[in-house]
Amino acid sequence: MSDAQAQETRNAEETDTKKVKFIITRQDDPDSPSYDQEFEVPYRENMNVISALMEIRRNPVDSQGNQANPVIWDMNCLEEVCGACSMIINGTARQSCTALIDQLEQPIRLEPMKTFPVMRDLQVDRSRMFDSLKKVKAWIPIDGTYDLGPGPRMAENKRQWSYELSKCMTCGVCLEACPNVNDDSSFIGPAAISQVRLFNSHPTGEMNKSERLEALMGEGGISGCSNAQNCVEVCPKGIPLTTSIAAMNRETNIQSFKNFFGGGN
Amino acid sequence: MALNKEFAARRLHSLLGIIPIGLFLMQHFVVNHFATRSAEAFNGAAHFMENLPFRIFLEMFLIYIPILFHGIYGLFIVFQGKANAKRFGYFRNWMYIFQRITGVFLLVFITWHVWDTWVQAQFFGAEVNYQMMADIVANPWMLAFYIVGILSATFHFSNGLWSFLVTWGITVTPKAQLAATYFTLAVFVAMSVIGLRAIFAFV
Ligand code: HEM
Ligand code: SF4
Ligand code: FES
Repeated sequence: MSDAQAQETRNAEETDTKKVKFIITRQDDPDSPSYDQEFEVPYRENMNVISALMEIRRNPVDSQGNQANPVIWDMNCLEEVCGACSMIINGTARQSCTALIDQLEQPIRLEPMKTFPVMRDLQVDRSRMFDSLKKVKAWIPIDGTYDLGPGPRMAENKRQWSYELSKCMTCGVCLEACPNVNDDSSFIGPAAISQVRLFNSHPTGEMNKSERLEALMGEGGISGCSNAQNCVEVCPKGIPLTTSIAAMNRETNIQSFKNFFGGGN
Repeated sequence: MALNKEFAARRLHSLLGIIPIGLFLMQHFVVNHFATRSAEAFNGAAHFMENLPFRIFLEMFLIYIPILFHGIYGLFIVFQGKANAKRFGYFRNWMYIFQRITGVFLLVFITWHVWDTWVQAQFFGAEVNYQMMADIVANPWMLAFYIVGILSATFHFSNGLWSFLVTWGITVTPKAQLAATYFTLAVFVAMSVIGLRAIFAFV
């Protein structure tokens, strides 16, 4: 047997017996208290947190051998573009679909994000983020009764930076990291502010610029930011959130002067 | 559209931190720095300030009302945040926390400081001069209290200047914000040196 073959056999044996340890924070319904439960999942190569959770769902037995309820979590795209599977993994809020077991220290701790109401186990309700997007009108209104024809073109350099902003998947990691997003404040958080910058940069979206800025100047809007700048550190898509916030600070200030003293719209 | 109340109040809070409170702080330190020359130089400068025309209006509108608004609304802002530097130990997040700690401490310190000097002079016939401060800081505990107060004020002002520049959309890019970090660090060092030299001139 060659060295390489021997190594492969050893790997295969290890894979058979190796277990991945999990400590999972569980909660049976939105109002009940949470508790921890430990699981041991047989190791497979290239496993991620979601495939481990699927294994628990297939065989819901905790590490003491007791029958357990299958763990509930959210997922969708499985390629870090939808943001649904966000949870706290070993203390860090991130997407579980791209959390590879080989790169995680064990036991692996899974908790639901704390900023959002927990529905069950690792599943949280991110409605507040979608409500915020509605509040700031994060879309481009083009519906009408007749064909409006093609819109204005966009400069390439602008397209480049605004494309970066369009990568936001409303995952909630930036809200989780923000000290000003919590039960005692109505602050909408960084993601929606950056989306205003995105839609205001669009040549057609720009036509409704002032409406979005005025929404940002409303209750729970941009003035809730205190520049702790955690958001930009944690965003899995590397979105320049603090640049967006500062840019929207400038725009909302200008808008408020226009509203008061008059000038433009 | 009507000016939104929360937005306007937050922007006013931010503006007042620099104009007039920050400017007053600089002026206050410069006047106190006369004490490093001599007791007479300090008394002269304090006397000049005391005899400014419309003094009561200047004090009310340039100092007391702005600081009361900034301090009380600042406290309200403090209670809306939940510090999380244990989980997110980034530099700016620590600055966020120190801004709050120094702000709350300043509320206590400034109240005490005004009681100790201005109120004594206005209502109890004391005279604000070199001897008054020398008597206060003769107590080592009071000296320590003043040193912490001075450093809190210079930190809060410098870091506040940094965040003021973001709040008003002046520093937008990470590059500009980093440059502002170095600039406000220099402001912190310079103001602290002036403030500390002044207080030690009374020892
Ligand atoms: C020496 C007197 C003071 C000066 C020169 C000062 C100055 C400033 C400045 C320039 C800012 C930045 C505003 C911005 O982010 O745009 C600020 C923020 C702040 N100040 Fe003060 N301040 C003083 C006293 C106080 C006091 C007594 C409190 C009471 C708690 C306080 C609480 C705050 C808070 C909480 C913030 C942060 C606001 C935010 O991040 O949104 N300050 N201050
Ligand atoms: S800005 Fe980044 S961290 Fe925030 S919701 Fe969007 S993708 Fe997630
Ligand atoms: S499942 Fe879509 S980001 Fe993980």
